[in-house]
Amino acid sequence: MTITGPVYVLGDNIDTDQIIPAEYLNLVPTIPEEYRRLGSYALAGLPLQSGAPTFVPPGGTTTPYAILVAGKNFGCGSSREHAPIALGAAGAKAVVAESFARIFFRNCVATGELYPVETTERIVDAFRTGDEAVLDLEAATLTHRRTGTVCRLRPLGDAGPVIAAGGLFAYARQTGMIAAPPPESRVVDSGPAAGPDD
Amino acid sequence: MSAPMTMTEKILARAAGKVAVEPGDNVWVRADVLMTHDVCGPGTIGIFKREFGRQARVWDPDKVVLIPDHYIFTADAMANRNVDVLRQFAKEQDIPYFYDVGTGEVLFGTDSHTCTAGAFNQFATGIGNTDAAFVLGTGKLLLKVPPTMRFVFDGEVPAYILAKDLVLHMIGDIGVDGATYRAIEFAGEAVERLTMEERMTLANMVIEAGGKNGIIACDETTRAYLRTRTRKPFEPVANDPGARFFAERRYDAGALEPTVAQPHSPDKRALARELGDVRLTRAYIGSCTGGKITDFINAARVLQGRRVAVDTFLVPATTEISRGLRSETVDGRPLLEIFQDAGCQISPDASCAACLGGPRDTFGRINGPEVCISTTNRNFPGRMGAKEGQVYLASPYTVAASAVTGRITDPREFLP
Repeated sequence: MTITGPVYVLGDNIDTDQIIPAEYLNLVPTIPEEYRRLGSYALAGLPLQSGAPTFVPPGGTTTPYAILVAGKNFGCGSSREHAPIALGAAGAKAVVAESFARIFFRNCVATGELYPVETTERIVDAFRTGDEAVLDLEAATLTHRRTGTVCRLRPLGDAGPVIAAGGLFAYARQTGMIAAPPPESRVVDSGPAAGPDD
Repeated sequence: MSAPMTMTEKILARAAGKVAVEPGDNVWVRADVLMTHDVCGPGTIGIFKREFGRQARVWDPDKVVLIPDHYIFTADAMANRNVDVLRQFAKEQDIPYFYDVGTGEVLFGTDSHTCTAGAFNQFATGIGNTDAAFVLGTGKLLLKVPPTMRFVFDGEVPAYILAKDLVLHMIGDIGVDGATYRAIEFAGEAVERLTMEERMTLANMVIEAGGKNGIIACDETTRAYLRTRTRKPFEPVANDPGARFFAERRYDAGALEPTVAQPHSPDKRALARELGDVRLTRAYIGSCTGGKITDFINAARVLQGRRVAVDTFLVPATTEISRGLRSETVDGRPLLEIFQDAGCQISPDASCAACLGGPRDTFGRINGPEVCISTTNRNFPGRMGAKEGQVYLASPYTVAASAVTGRITDPREFLP
């Protein structure tokens, strides 16, 4: 699988409060409307120099950046699953970082919202926000389209198929680990039982 | 005969029904408790119902703990709706609002500071909504056994040093990702002499170094604390002789000085005495990290008979602590009276409050370019509200001393 698009470049230790500020945690991700709103606030907590592009354009609900490129310890801080969900709801497909905080990494896999891929070396200096890149998950490479620079990535291993399936529950059902969902849970309503996939 | 194990390995082996585990093993562990709150609970419940069915029952209602604590005293309609979702779920699933802590157990929570319970010789770690929904339905979770980093504090903690100083010092050494995927054990004579609440402060902060869990051996202090709170049998674990550690660091507790983490990272360490030029606009004492009753007693020791020079916000972490502000005394005077006379603003209601910013009307929230010194846990940009704010993390002694002078102050200036 490949993901192609412009990258959004970040530094080290981007914590969950920068990814989704706590004031938006009153939004419940399993309610479709609130899921979309979480996306519109993705990276709203990031302190930016004036003129620097925001991840989600002002007034927008989705991001033009398919891939985030970051330094060490991406997603540190809180256990809020709202963090990978906000990035995924905004339309991002992957974060390529030097390393991840444990709970964020796990939440990416469990939700299937986003591929968290580790680099084998520091790459934040090789990219600028807006550069086009190709992420090849099978080959474990991130290629800068203009310069042709190829960055080696660590393989996702068994986490890859879980994300591809759409998260922990979807994967467990696909592979027969757990039974099919009970039919009554397919009913769509506006309560917290409804999910972003409904 | 299996290889010797650390405390964390032994708890996970027991919970996995195995004789032995070693770091790197992926094991299904049985959960003893799942804890969730108003911020992550509604999403967890949403996934639980979607995946297990609208009529599904939690695996064990006695093992599910619902804690409305994050956004509870706010006019925010959605935050209040979320508390109602918890209330409704508790009723529907017959979940008692009650929790007995037990040693040697496995505790999962949808909060990164779930690791606090490692002070009680538990394996306690934070998880996301989807994992929590899985636990709600099955009582189990797949975990990778972490290797343990051991931090030994030798000697005696000086009177002006608190657990927060120990842990900020340690995080400054290893960095905010220094323990990622690892367990952290706190040990040594200085840790053995700490009260349970001070040990909770240590375990609480391991997530700020990226740790999976923090753990402390069970001793008479642990037993005495738990005896007053639970009748659960003690099932503690101890490191096996010869247990292997990923790393071991030793500190001379007597040589530590009051320590501060500067904006905007918990590992940006400095000494309080080096930051005397930093002018503050407010001080904050609260949260699971620094809003326990001993934290307030320690703050009161400094604030007794003095006035604060900047807005100083106090938020008890729990309702029991809130009551304690009236019943506990320093030099014969109730804490509440000491704080009122000092000019502090005291929240009558216990909650997480401004530790994580929260809705705009949250008590003590940073809504502008404030410079705040706080007993809380994390100071990344925007953590306590506005991203223009600057947050310095410190012990209750240092925060109280700084509140009195309006600049970052070494508490030795005020303590006997």
